[in-house]
Amino acid sequence: MSADRPNQLFRNMNAKVAAIPMIVTALFVFVGGTAWTIVYSFTKSGLLPRMKWVGLDQYERLWGTKRWLIAIENLAIYGLCMLVLVFVIGFILAALIDQKIRFENTIRTVILYPYAMSFVVTGLVWQWILNPEFGIQNIVRGIGWESFTFDPLYTPEIAIFGVLIAGLWQGSGLVMVLMLAGLRGIDHEVWKAARIDGIPAWKTYIFIVIPMMRPVFITTLVLVVTGIVKVFDLIVAQTGGGPGIATEVPAKYVYDMMFRNNNLGQGFAASTMMLVTVALIVIPWAILEFGGKRSND
Amino acid sequence: MRTIGSMLLAGTALAGASMANATDLEVMHWWTSGGEAAAVAEFAKAFDATGNTWVDAAIAGGENARAVMVSRLTGGDPMGAFQFNHGRQAEELIEAGLLRDITDIAEAEGWLDLVNPSTLLDACTVDGRVYCAPVNIHSWQWLWVSHSAFADAGVDVPSNWAEFAAASDALEGAGKIPLAMGQQGWQQSGAFNVMMASLLPSEIFLGVYGDKDTDIAGGADVATVFEAAAAARDMAAKSTVQNWNDATNLVITGQAGGQIMGDWAQGEFAVAGSVAGEDYSCLPGLGTNPRLSTGGDAFYFPVLDDSDLAAAQAELAALLLKPATQVSFNLAKGSLPVRGDIDLSAANDCMQKGLALLDAGALLPDVNMLATPDTVNQINTLFTEFFADSSISAADAQAQFVDIIADAE
Repeated sequence: MSADRPNQLFRNMNAKVAAIPMIVTALFVFVGGTAWTIVYSFTKSGLLPRMKWVGLDQYERLWGTKRWLIAIENLAIYGLCMLVLVFVIGFILAALIDQKIRFENTIRTVILYPYAMSFVVTGLVWQWILNPEFGIQNIVRGIGWESFTFDPLYTPEIAIFGVLIAGLWQGSGLVMVLMLAGLRGIDHEVWKAARIDGIPAWKTYIFIVIPMMRPVFITTLVLVVTGIVKVFDLIVAQTGGGPGIATEVPAKYVYDMMFRNNNLGQGFAASTMMLVTVALIVIPWAILEFGGKRSND
Repeated sequence: MRTIGSMLLAGTALAGASMANATDLEVMHWWTSGGEAAAVAEFAKAFDATGNTWVDAAIAGGENARAVMVSRLTGGDPMGAFQFNHGRQAEELIEAGLLRDITDIAEAEGWLDLVNPSTLLDACTVDGRVYCAPVNIHSWQWLWVSHSAFADAGVDVPSNWAEFAAASDALEGAGKIPLAMGQQGWQQSGAFNVMMASLLPSEIFLGVYGDKDTDIAGGADVATVFEAAAAARDMAAKSTVQNWNDATNLVITGQAGGQIMGDWAQGEFAVAGSVAGEDYSCLPGLGTNPRLSTGGDAFYFPVLDDSDLAAAQAELAALLLKPATQVSFNLAKGSLPVRGDIDLSAANDCMQKGLALLDAGALLPDVNMLATPDTVNQINTLFTEFFADSSISAADAQAQFVDIIADAE
């Protein structure tokens, strides 16, 4: 065993050499930048970074700020709903398209199109659609239902769901395409076998096909979750954080603190908290996912 | 390599020399509404007349513009000149040595003697050195009232805030929005600060923002202002516009009774062809306590290595305070000039009121001069929330306000 070790290191030498620039960049930019940000989150940096140590002051202020608490709450609501709904909608759409329907290409393209649009465009389009003056509410009232009210973006309690609708509209297409690719990867023999055994289609999907699509689900999960954590442009374009501060999100708090309040320290503290939150979710998951395999080798 | 390098250098030197008299100077500002754009065009015209070229880089919205300006300065890509609200916003940029010391220009042009009130130049001065050129005086403390809205409601045009507030039911009955207000934090907190400055004695305003005295901020006097703000919130409940000039437009067209906004609203009335005293009235200090805060705009000049650009900067700085530019710019913008020795007989009713207050010395410092951007924006957030959510009581908002003042420096 011990004699084999050096050989292991030099195996696939070309690949390892090729990966060096990326490894160096990742270490320097990501790890270095992260460490720098965390260090400066303990300082009283204003418009420019300043090494003026204040300990945990920035964090105390952060967790005493109502706007930050609302931002965290909004991210939790948006994230959870987005995660569940985008998977459900995306998978159902994929399963429907997988029924060998006509015009599959056309339908697939139409559903994927919103993903080609930036969040800024998505946000503006849905801002107009949800605007009571000339959006859905106006159209329904025009048809004759005079008392119809639908103005989520103007009602603080549900404004975040107005944003969610836009996010789902934009994101579902991508999930559908990934799921469809996963479904196409399932061997036809599996379906035939299930049919012969008399298993209903929905049971086949839930107990056989979905477990077999695990890698696709994990890829999609990573894409969707990173999209949720960094949601910023959608909010800025659609609501600007309003009405009031009802749709604030952490990323927008960080931006506003750094570039509007000229308070880098506070922005760094907030972004460090975002990192900690992500780490708390990702690290246990990564250990579960990849940690187990080592012992089997 | 060396020869090619020196040839290139010689080439650029030649190009530089031939352009010495026509330098392109990029000027950044956030003057994009109708009246503002007309005003900044006066500067551009005057600067182009000197043989240089004014390259206009306007970014809508002060908050967005400031973010871009600061990131360009700190990122090492400075523009030729930029507009800022003077005061504490630029403090750190000056400390970091990013801004040009223009004391020599100020002395040559005699700004020390002619800038009136002298506090404007003080706000540009750090450790005895001048870093910015004040171009106008803006005051926040105005109530703009639409005559046609009050005629429709069958009520006399009010002469102060109490009468205005009393007429809100009649206005609402006539299908009007009593108070127009844009849904942006700076407008909402601005209206609150106007109430504090106008409905209470000056000592309270100075105590809260100048001394950061939490006893005064949490006291009974300030509580009355929060009550007034809660009343204003009800009056503005139907005002869903975002931008201040859209809100002003509601007043111009008679859809809203009035708006609390700085004197820059004057420019919008002028562009729309409304006549002061006939179509609309302006009430300084909300008609209750005529006093103006002397905030305003100033131009700062980043440190540049290029000597041609630096020369153009100096020309622009001197030009901004010349009598002719001051008159044409301020007439278009509706603001007051920074020098008292020029003829403004062309100014309308509202500007004359402002000039009279300026002469009488009924002045207050602006919040931006007293508080850091951090504090100002925290207050903006508080009022964004307060005005959007009628379930927040005046007392709760005041408690949060006291916390912000306690943290301020």
